[in-house]
Amino acid sequence: MTESKYLIQGATGDWEVVIGLEVHAQITSNAKLFSGASTEFGAEPNTQVSLVDAAMPGMLPTLNGECVRQAVRTGLAINAQINKYSRFDRKNYFYADLPQGYQISQLYHPIVGEGVIQISLDEKDPDAHGKAIGVERIHIEQDAGKLMHDQHPTMSYVDLNRCGVALMEIVSMPDMASPKEAAAYVRKLRSILRYVGSCDGNMEQGSMRADVNVSVRKPGDELGIRTETKNVNSMRFIQQVIEYEAQRQVDVIEDGGTIVQETRLFDTDKGVTRSMRSKEDAHDYRYFPDPDLLPLELEDDFIFDCKASLPELPDEKRARYKNVLGLSAYNAAVLTAEHETARWFEELLETSEAPEKIASTAANWLTSELFGALNKMGVGIEESPVSPAQAAELLGLVADGTISGKIAKQVFEIMLESGEGAAKIVEEQGLKQESDTGAIEKVIADVMAANEDKVSEYRGGKDKLFGFFVGQTMKAMQGKANPQVVNELLKKVLG
Amino acid sequence: MTEIYELGIAAIRSGVADGEFTATEVAETFISRVSAAKELNAFLVETPEHALAAAEATDKAKAAGETLGKMAGVPIGMKDLFCTEGVTTTAASLILDGFVPQYESTVSANLFAAGAGMLGKLNMDQFAMGSSNETSAFGNVISPWRRNDGGNTDLAPGGSSGGSAVVVSARIAPAATGTDTGGSIRQPAAFVGITGFKPTYGRCSRWGTIAFASSLDQAGPMAHDTRDCAIMLGAMAGFDPKDSTSLELPVPDWEAALNSDLQGKKVGIPKEYRVDNMPAEIDALWQQGIQWLKDAGATIVDVSLPHTRYALPAYYIIAPAEASSNLARYDGVRYGLRDLPDGAGLQDMYAATREAGFGPEVKRRIMIGTYVLSAGYYDAYYTQAQKVRTLIAQDFDNAWSQCDLLLTPTAPSAAFGLGEKSDDPLAMYLNDVFTVPSSLAGLPAMSVPAGLDGQGLPLGLQIIGKALDEQSVFNAGLALEERAGFVAKPGQWW
Repeated sequence: MTESKYLIQGATGDWEVVIGLEVHAQITSNAKLFSGASTEFGAEPNTQVSLVDAAMPGMLPTLNGECVRQAVRTGLAINAQINKYSRFDRKNYFYADLPQGYQISQLYHPIVGEGVIQISLDEKDPDAHGKAIGVERIHIEQDAGKLMHDQHPTMSYVDLNRCGVALMEIVSMPDMASPKEAAAYVRKLRSILRYVGSCDGNMEQGSMRADVNVSVRKPGDELGIRTETKNVNSMRFIQQVIEYEAQRQVDVIEDGGTIVQETRLFDTDKGVTRSMRSKEDAHDYRYFPDPDLLPLELEDDFIFDCKASLPELPDEKRARYKNVLGLSAYNAAVLTAEHETARWFEELLETSEAPEKIASTAANWLTSELFGALNKMGVGIEESPVSPAQAAELLGLVADGTISGKIAKQVFEIMLESGEGAAKIVEEQGLKQESDTGAIEKVIADVMAANEDKVSEYRGGKDKLFGFFVGQTMKAMQGKANPQVVNELLKKVLG
Repeated sequence: MTEIYELGIAAIRSGVADGEFTATEVAETFISRVSAAKELNAFLVETPEHALAAAEATDKAKAAGETLGKMAGVPIGMKDLFCTEGVTTTAASLILDGFVPQYESTVSANLFAAGAGMLGKLNMDQFAMGSSNETSAFGNVISPWRRNDGGNTDLAPGGSSGGSAVVVSARIAPAATGTDTGGSIRQPAAFVGITGFKPTYGRCSRWGTIAFASSLDQAGPMAHDTRDCAIMLGAMAGFDPKDSTSLELPVPDWEAALNSDLQGKKVGIPKEYRVDNMPAEIDALWQQGIQWLKDAGATIVDVSLPHTRYALPAYYIIAPAEASSNLARYDGVRYGLRDLPDGAGLQDMYAATREAGFGPEVKRRIMIGTYVLSAGYYDAYYTQAQKVRTLIAQDFDNAWSQCDLLLTPTAPSAAFGLGEKSDDPLAMYLNDVFTVPSSLAGLPAMSVPAGLDGQGLPLGLQIIGKALDEQSVFNAGLALEERAGFVAKPGQWW
């Protein structure tokens, strides 16, 4: 990694960047963290609000066990310490999107302690360019509502649908040193969350967003003073924030200024961060244990069941693809990055009695042909018009020599458009490969008769002409001849 | 013959069941008592239609031969801290001006399910913060009691459940709900000569009860006597999955197990409750109480609760801390009062609304609570107070190795005159000195009317029991009650 070390070149020399991320991930659950209200995205404003969410007088929170389960599963997936005793605290502040006047969170005793996430900086060879990023803690907390400032000329409106939705706050150690590492961390975290099923990872819908902590220092120095840029909601923006903040901080320091510990906001239009509030006017949140909720105590059996419910995770899966299925490091990495891709690939393999035999071919086809087609269509693999079973059928036709690889591409395109099965297309359009030696010999005889001069040149030692005869034969057979058979026969006839 | 309005829960229940009178007659009797007692300012809202509807349902059920509920035919008063569906609920604060809940608190719903009707919503100290009812935004309740000295000084009914205490004492309602955070059931019960019971924390659901201090708030009955309290608590209590701190335990039939024979019971007398400047009459009554319990078969032991003197300071940190957070929701955004000055932004609206909506005592406690939770002070105050709370609970646990119950006075004085302490918050807070420790420990405790002072004003004795052992507390209460023979009643001057 030394070769790719990210440094800011300042007037006074090189600067390192230190990055920590607090990722807020919406827990996949039908109901909110402390109320039974629905969490579905995109509903009409204020239609998914219970009496508890609206903080009506006398209302009390009751903990949603599913959210606890998902947080524990997530912790286990990053090999983290699961705290059998955790507790909820109130974070007090006034804002119109926070009806209770406090957010229920876990400051003092989070449900998940230290864990680790393995990132890779090189997709082509993840093992050679890996780095372990520490996770300090994961705690569960309530989301706030949403203010709408564009509904009335002088007033702001409040939508409480999101209010009370369960979030996991996943706090990393300050272990990242470049925008690329930060992006790799978020990508890997998102992948794990989606494998586990504890968060859909949908950044556009706000299911995942990050507070980005950045500081700079001269190599070997103590940590610098950090700024925290809030609510950054895309992988690209996270990298932009780091690039901008690191450069800004270097400029400030080199101009003789000092960095203020503060909260900043990212202006996505201008690509800059702006001060939101400094430490001096930071809220005093007056955290204290929520007296409405009992401490959360987890039984060993519960944790065991959570562990048992975990699927094969991306790192294990990647190792298996490489070591058991014999895939290339690159293919193994690409196919396991997203849970949906791996699932698609494995469904395809399931159709075969000997998965190891077709694995490499299938992996190559998937990463080149299928991904190429999906990219062009602009859809994800879960929306692929061709199913894994259909793909298996197509690859099967190539494997048994029914069609050539070249024809397969043609058939695949028809499949994408028509949704028809490969065998049916091959049959209907007469694309079946000709392997009958008799038929091919007849065509070869015609080709030789029509090109007697070339035949003598070849026999006279011009070996290169062999390709010419193959081409002519294939052309005469509209590409449907089995190329192997054509080669063999030509060699025999030409001597 | 005894007038219907003189009857308590048990007597009304059996009178209705035996056909001596109908539930409707009972309801009508108390409804007219309510209308005639406006001078006492006990009700914030009157709901005669609710009481009548419940009575009619009881009469119909009886005619149909159905089994009647525990509270069938009993119209009660409801402290305005309980949210009641369709009935204005303000916690005696302007900040909840015009608030009509769309839901019924678990406690009131349980009582209605047991056949009780509601005469109306009772005045109280604003957000249950106060010991005299003087913090109500709607004027204080006046005690029906008068001093013997011939003066007409209006007396404090105690607080915060002052309206509840007064309607029971003045026989305007046979019983009422109360809530107790640091003594808000027991102290007013003592001031007006009725019986008040605070159960173990978690017996009654807090769902739908406007929160003051969540870790301390408990609902309980205020009634004529021990039996009535046992009946009513049986109807109020029970596990509620909507309250995470609610106890998942069956509700014992306390009434059925009432037994004033205290043979084999040990009663502890905590020496730390002998405070300076306690009136001699109260000390004498306490000694009398000790004798009564001995007479009932109990053994008396001296015990020590060494951290008692730290209880009040700890309470006045923990309760305001929780209150400062619990009351943050009253912000003018969704319900209740909204004060939106011209051109005001969100922060201005908060400030104006809360300035106009909260009374001075509520503001004082919000400020205390905000202060003790703030950065740099949290450990010195809140953390320290929590440690004291643990030590107080340990004191009780240690005492339980020597005894089953504790006997103490309920309050350090008889009812004081309205206005006499309202300028001195600390003097007011001292009213809770005997009731706060058991609140901090979450223990069941009751006040039993036991005698009168030289001015003819009621005095109460407090019994404190082990967690979940309400039965022993009830039994000792019954033993005291049988021997005290407290029958004094205020003259009707209103």
